[in-house]
Amino acid sequence: MTPPQRQRRNPAPEPAPQPSQEGEGKPNPERMYVVAGPDGERAELDLVTLIVARAADPPPSATPEQAALLRLCAAPLSVAELSAYLSLPFSAMGTLLTELLTAELVHARSPIVRQAVPDRSLLEAVMNGLQRL
Amino acid sequence: MDFKGSDTIPGPRAEDQLPHTTQAAAKIVIVGGFGVGKTTMVGSVSEIKPLTTEETMTQAGIGVDDNFGSDSKTATTVAMDFGRISITDQLVLYLFGTPGQQRFWFLWNGLFEGALGAVVLVDTRRLEVSFDVMGRLEERGVPFVVAINSFPDAPRYPIEELRTALDLAPDIPIMECDARRRASSRDVLMTLMRFLHSLAMTGSRT
Repeated sequence: MTPPQRQRRNPAPEPAPQPSQEGEGKPNPERMYVVAGPDGERAELDLVTLIVARAADPPPSATPEQAALLRLCAAPLSVAELSAYLSLPFSAMGTLLTELLTAELVHARSPIVRQAVPDRSLLEAVMNGLQRL
Repeated sequence: MDFKGSDTIPGPRAEDQLPHTTQAAAKIVIVGGFGVGKTTMVGSVSEIKPLTTEETMTQAGIGVDDNFGSDSKTATTVAMDFGRISITDQLVLYLFGTPGQQRFWFLWNGLFEGALGAVVLVDTRRLEVSFDVMGRLEERGVPFVVAINSFPDAPRYPIEELRTALDLAPDIPIMECDARRRASSRDVLMTLMRFLHSLAMTGSRT
């Protein structure tokens, strides 16, 4: 018995769905931005950007949503984890975090992203870490 | 949107908190068809209980089999299960897998773009469901390795036969694994890292 044979994809365009954050300049009314307010500009955030609160306690001016987030990231926490714990979609996190970054209530630590030529010392560190699992 | 009172938000357990010295995170994506064991693999190596994050996508109505003549867009929720491995005091690695509809993952901005690489998890009972995802990774230049999750009742093929069937380039690693076992899942991740390392040595691929 032989396995089914893969055919290379023809890169002909398909009727591609669009990610909602990439609209044609027109805001999408379905977006769940309720938490984050009407017109917050989104920061460039990755799922694995690490967020850390700058102060031990949320300021009295923080909204309940902001206070919850600030408490969660007393220690560094990824945007993905914040999204999971707060039960908010990733895109809503972007708006909420942009407010907090603008208000200088949190730091964002940029993720390590793939380079055209991979960073060997990084890969070696990851391999050493995996060996210890 | 209803927002639960902040007192009810569960956070990470104390032992799941990252040290303050953590400077940066990297990510790996585990992809494959429905039920192939992506979440199992994430869970077997993660130091935290896997969590789920979601994104809401809208799609053009073209080619969608419902919604005739009404709205031009529909919303789809894509869920990603993920886990975490602390590498050093400064570095943490995240693993993302998803039980969702795979064609939507590629619309998730930044998911694959920033990923160090991907693991394509394959079930030989449904080899063809991995074809599409491999093509999309190739088009985006995301380096990947192929792991055959060895289900007991799945047909066994020689690895080289699978390499031919999957039309894999000779340098792309392909291996068998048992996603339920931590050591086996770790070996898959190690294979991916070694492959990325070899790309760094040759600099031949982007």
